[in-house]
Amino acid sequence: MIKAILIFNNHGKPRLIRFYEYFAEDVQQQIIRETFHLVSKRDDNVCNFLEGGSLIGGSDYKLIYRHYATLYFVFCVDSSESELGILDLIQVFVETLDKCFENVCELDLIFHMDKGGFSAAPARAVSAVKNINLPEMPRNINIGDINIKVPSLSPF
Amino acid sequence: MALKIVKGSIDRMFDKNLQDLVRGIRNHKEDEAKYISTCIDEIKQELKQDNIAVKANAVCKLTYLQMLGYDVSWAAFNIVEVMSSSKFTYKRIGYLAASQCFHESTDVIMLTTNQIRKDLSSPNQYDTGVALTGLSCFVTPDLARDLANDIMTLMSHTKPYIRKKAVLIMYKVFLKYPESLRPAFPRLKEKLEDPDPGVQSAAVNVICELARRNPKNYLSLAPLFFKLMTSSTNNWVLIKIIKLFGALTPLEPRLGKKLIEPLTNLIHSTSAMSLLYECVNTVIAVLISLSSGMPNHSASIQLCVQKLRILIEDSDQNLKYLGLLAMSKILKTHPKSVQSHKDLILQCLDDKDESIRLRALDLLYGMVSKKNLMEIVKKLMLHVDKAEGTTYRDELLTKIIDICSQSNYQYITNFEWYISILVELTRLEGTRHGHLIASQMLDVAIRVKAIRAFAVAQMATLLDNAHLLTGNTQRNGICEVLYAAAWICGEFSEHLEEPMATLEAMLRPKVATLPGHIQAVYVQNAAKLFATVLRGQEGVPADSTVAQETSQLLIDRLPLFVQSSNLEVQERASCILQLVKYIQKLQQKDVEVAEEVTALFAGELNPVAPKAQKKVPVPEGLDLDVWINEPPSGSESEDEGRKSKGKAVFAKEESRHTKPRYTEVDEKELAKRREVRKAEQANNPFYIKASPSSQKVYQDGVGVEHIPVVQIDLSVPLKVPGMPMSDQYVKLEEERRERNKADKKKKKDKKKREKGEKGRRRRGDSGPESEEDITPAHMVDIVTEEMPENALPSDDDDKDPNDPHKALNIDLDKPLADSEKKLPVRSHRPDEVLKSPMEDRQVVEVVPEPKKKTGKEKKDRKKSKEKKKKHKQEEEGDLMGAGSEEPVQPEETKEVAAPPPASTPEASDLDFWLSNAPVPSNPQAAAAPASTPRTASGMAAVAPDSEPEEAKDTEPEETKSSTHKKKKQKKEKEKKKKKHHHNHSDGAGDESVQNGTVEEEEPLPPMSNYALLAENSYIKMMKQDADKVCDIQGNLQDGSQVVVSVIFENKCDSFIKSMEFNVLDSLNSKLQRPDGAGPHDGLIVPFQLPPGISNEARFIFSVQNIVMPQKLKGTLTFIVKTDDSSTHEKLDFKLHFTCTSYLITTPCYSDAYSKLLESGDLKGCSLKLEGVNQPFHHLLARICFHHHFSVVERIDSCASMYSRSIQGHHMCLLVKTADQTVSIDAKCDEPGLLGNVLDEIKLTFSQC
Repeated sequence: MIKAILIFNNHGKPRLIRFYEYFAEDVQQQIIRETFHLVSKRDDNVCNFLEGGSLIGGSDYKLIYRHYATLYFVFCVDSSESELGILDLIQVFVETLDKCFENVCELDLIFHMDKGGFSAAPARAVSAVKNINLPEMPRNINIGDINIKVPSLSPF
Repeated sequence: MALKIVKGSIDRMFDKNLQDLVRGIRNHKEDEAKYISTCIDEIKQELKQDNIAVKANAVCKLTYLQMLGYDVSWAAFNIVEVMSSSKFTYKRIGYLAASQCFHESTDVIMLTTNQIRKDLSSPNQYDTGVALTGLSCFVTPDLARDLANDIMTLMSHTKPYIRKKAVLIMYKVFLKYPESLRPAFPRLKEKLEDPDPGVQSAAVNVICELARRNPKNYLSLAPLFFKLMTSSTNNWVLIKIIKLFGALTPLEPRLGKKLIEPLTNLIHSTSAMSLLYECVNTVIAVLISLSSGMPNHSASIQLCVQKLRILIEDSDQNLKYLGLLAMSKILKTHPKSVQSHKDLILQCLDDKDESIRLRALDLLYGMVSKKNLMEIVKKLMLHVDKAEGTTYRDELLTKIIDICSQSNYQYITNFEWYISILVELTRLEGTRHGHLIASQMLDVAIRVKAIRAFAVAQMATLLDNAHLLTGNTQRNGICEVLYAAAWICGEFSEHLEEPMATLEAMLRPKVATLPGHIQAVYVQNAAKLFATVLRGQEGVPADSTVAQETSQLLIDRLPLFVQSSNLEVQERASCILQLVKYIQKLQQKDVEVAEEVTALFAGELNPVAPKAQKKVPVPEGLDLDVWINEPPSGSESEDEGRKSKGKAVFAKEESRHTKPRYTEVDEKELAKRREVRKAEQANNPFYIKASPSSQKVYQDGVGVEHIPVVQIDLSVPLKVPGMPMSDQYVKLEEERRERNKADKKKKKDKKKREKGEKGRRRRGDSGPESEEDITPAHMVDIVTEEMPENALPSDDDDKDPNDPHKALNIDLDKPLADSEKKLPVRSHRPDEVLKSPMEDRQVVEVVPEPKKKTGKEKKDRKKSKEKKKKHKQEEEGDLMGAGSEEPVQPEETKEVAAPPPASTPEASDLDFWLSNAPVPSNPQAAAAPASTPRTASGMAAVAPDSEPEEAKDTEPEETKSSTHKKKKQKKEKEKKKKKHHHNHSDGAGDESVQNGTVEEEEPLPPMSNYALLAENSYIKMMKQDADKVCDIQGNLQDGSQVVVSVIFENKCDSFIKSMEFNVLDSLNSKLQRPDGAGPHDGLIVPFQLPPGISNEARFIFSVQNIVMPQKLKGTLTFIVKTDDSSTHEKLDFKLHFTCTSYLITTPCYSDAYSKLLESGDLKGCSLKLEGVNQPFHHLLARICFHHHFSVVERIDSCASMYSRSIQGHHMCLLVKTADQTVSIDAKCDEPGLLGNVLDEIKLTFSQC
């Protein structure tokens, strides 16, 4: 299960936060800070899995993240999720955003928060994605021979 | 008013919207907090306005602020307001805000129940969707309980969009309200085969999530999932299912055998890395669950390891990471196959990515053997020196200790080496794991007797060089090892070569800078050392001066500790100081004291197992919860009294210096006293001075501050002089092994089978065989830890009692009992049970308008139960009218209503599936065995007489045709199986068929309780007299009631309205009218009928006497409205109340049933029906359906049935059939009623 979806920028400013379990506001901010701290000091060429976010869950939980231009997309999931699957999911999510807002930039996420009922978007993307057959998605990064099309995120 | 609205909308133009807020925050980077607080003030103003648009805008902004970490719970009520807006755009904002900030302790959540229910049943699917999405985030136990039924209904919604969401949210409902799991599960299971892939995948997700926590309850679903796995092409679903199988295989090894083949196929065929990886993972789980000795699986292991190697060698760091992760799972059972990849793993230790290095470390843990332990640890020590970050270095340190200490030091052949490794580790600067090293030192020294001499020597050196460890007292994690060192030196001081020197080292003034608990150990062990020194010296009479010098040393040094601020240190020090002073006196008199002093520390300490304390059994007759002394009765008030007393004490203390008559104290006095006080404080060593100048407290000049603290740069590991390096041991070990080998060759024939038998308690089974010929360097006795007698070793106490999934550990194979068929309701609204008929009708009235239908879930449930009995066609009409009520498909009803014949057939299905024949060679063929049990049931359905029980499966027809060919092929096998099934179920039949309505073997011919009431060119009335009575609890009242449902169908093309329903009351039966209405007034039917539409209304009648059937005359008046005119019309009808309609379907257990018959209060009557050529189960179904009976017990072609009237009459039937003749023996305590019911039964059968 996905426990939380955090999107923040290179400075740790939250851009879209969704917890699927209740945490008080200050705890949420602490989680965001800690996650940012963990994620931001990692090189771009290391693996995208992180264990040891101590605030959410325990050993069963992993942080799976991707870094696009100025944004970090972090999913906190437990062991019932496939790690590579979640990476694909993030990719699809970003592409969905790209499609919805044409050339996604950080500010789309805040400006259109009301427009798309935005915080619900991750959940929608999940359900949408789960209808798609994985092999049919041409940008699937876990199928080696096809190029990744990373949406061009203009730096703000 | 209009002006106000206009004004409002103009105001709004100047309101900030979310964009403005975001922009504003960006523009106020310096004073963001201030800006936001003004914004919040504005929002508060906006929320006070009546305009919902303004409120929604405000709530939207609040949601953004909530994300930034501001608490917005104060606006919870406003959020609820926005949620209840009828406009979707606002509603969505409301639900979004709620899902972001509502939680279980938000009290306004209680207010939302009805709103959410309304939205759930909204005709607009997006309203429903947004409500479901929101609810999933803030569902509470109360909400779950109240809404479970509504959500369950939505699971069969026509739109897949809604179905999918409803299925997903059921998981949250189960978590909050575990009682709902069993009733909802059959439907959830159905969704696994939903035509929409999204819904299907949602169901798979929910079941996988449930099964992950309590896998054994879901074993029976394995065949279904197997079918899905072999047929599905959706990788997301496949991944989930494959993961689920990974959780199931440990419980059922046979399942694993079945899985290996298709999984290997998938591994070979798939191109998706994620799927490949999950397959490998599950194959590993299967291999773990299977006994490892199976030869034909070594190929699978090889395949896995080979694939994982590809992953690890990949340039993608993610794959590398996962490969290592999976590798560590193989390691546990097949260490050999992993060990051949040691090179690869050691290479990963040098990877730049920390996560990967950590994974590789995990792998090392399992790869060590006696042979390579030293080598690997040496490599790790190199890494320790190189590691830059402290976290990784700490991780390395713990791993080294883990690796060495695993399974009771199994792989350590040379403990001297291990001790020196530990000593080397103490030189790590700033590690957090000092206590870990310390506990290892203690553990080894205590448990390995042979090593004590060496350990003591090492520890003595450590103590001597303590200044190196404590160099930087700020980060003194490492000084914990001194604790161990001091203790070991003291406890095993007989091994010390120079106890005097060590004693001196332990009493250095610098020790006073160590943490208190370490100082305490120092002091205590100094005393032990003292005892040793005394004993050593007294043997040599000439040297008595040395003993006296030692005493003097202690007397000189201990006062430093006596002044310690740590209580423990102080106490021990002063105690020992006095003791030594006394000993010194005796020494001066030349008295031998060594014996007595040593006796103080006699006896040996044994290690105690960590769980020992917990395992000490509570002695019989000891109740730990009982008060030892009764608590004082007035504790509360006394506490207060004490508090106030305390205050008084403080007050007094404060005024102590100013004396009682403080009013008269003049300035001079005060100044004088201040002087005195200052002097007093200066002399008081416990008074903390404000100024740094008066820091020097201790007069003796051994103050801590005077010792120069030299900061030592420890970037280069220090070589402590005189300490052997661990590397030496590696060389020594190699030499020794060489020698050993040579020795061995000589005695080869003798020693071959002999293992290192010296005292090793544990011999690892998984360890590589080859290491057995390495004998430990020392004779090692590893003392096992002590446990209290008769304590059982178990690990069961590790489970988290707060795990919400614990409550979901529910047996799902057990058939649903009658009481469970609907969702259980906690009786939180007991008043509803005894509702007046008036209110009842109001509920009925709102049926057509779904949004009014709130808060009365009880009634709804009643309705839905009735509905289950209706015929499908009727239900479709019903659906249009009733709107929110979801039709329950007949098949479904049957499945729910019919008690699945216990879990036995299902379990045997699984057995059959699992034990079935050879593993199919391709996925297509694999599907065949999955469906064979179903084939069997299909056949059984054709011949119901011979195989009645098996046929309970849900869709026999479908599978029957599709698997026809295969069926033939497998017939032989199945025949045998079937016999088994038959016997089995017959045996179980007695208990399993009890207490349900009837079990259906095949789809029954459509049955309807609706009868045409009256019809004309305008309208058609169908009626059903429902068996529901207001009182379902059993204390029946005199004024029992009968509910009559009437379906009105508009048959013309005009609008029908103002329908009025009226019945001429008889003495016996009266229509329940609203208060104040006269006995001849009609009841207004609460809806209008557009052309072609039908709707249902219910009317309640109170009945006095139920023995006789009766007929009531009535009329329906209505207005037919056409475009230009409207006409009054009238329709007469006759309501026929049969005796059957007074019966309530009541389940009865066979034991209660037999008691009832034994009582002899019942009078009998019998009936014979000739020429009935229906199957017996049809017959029973008919009786159950039309006459409201339930089957108590059924054996072959004989069944006992039970029903109860609304006035509490018991009615029992014994139905037998033989060659088209059905005989019914009936008993009832009211013969008149019985006769009439029998007549009606006869009528029913004569009609068909």
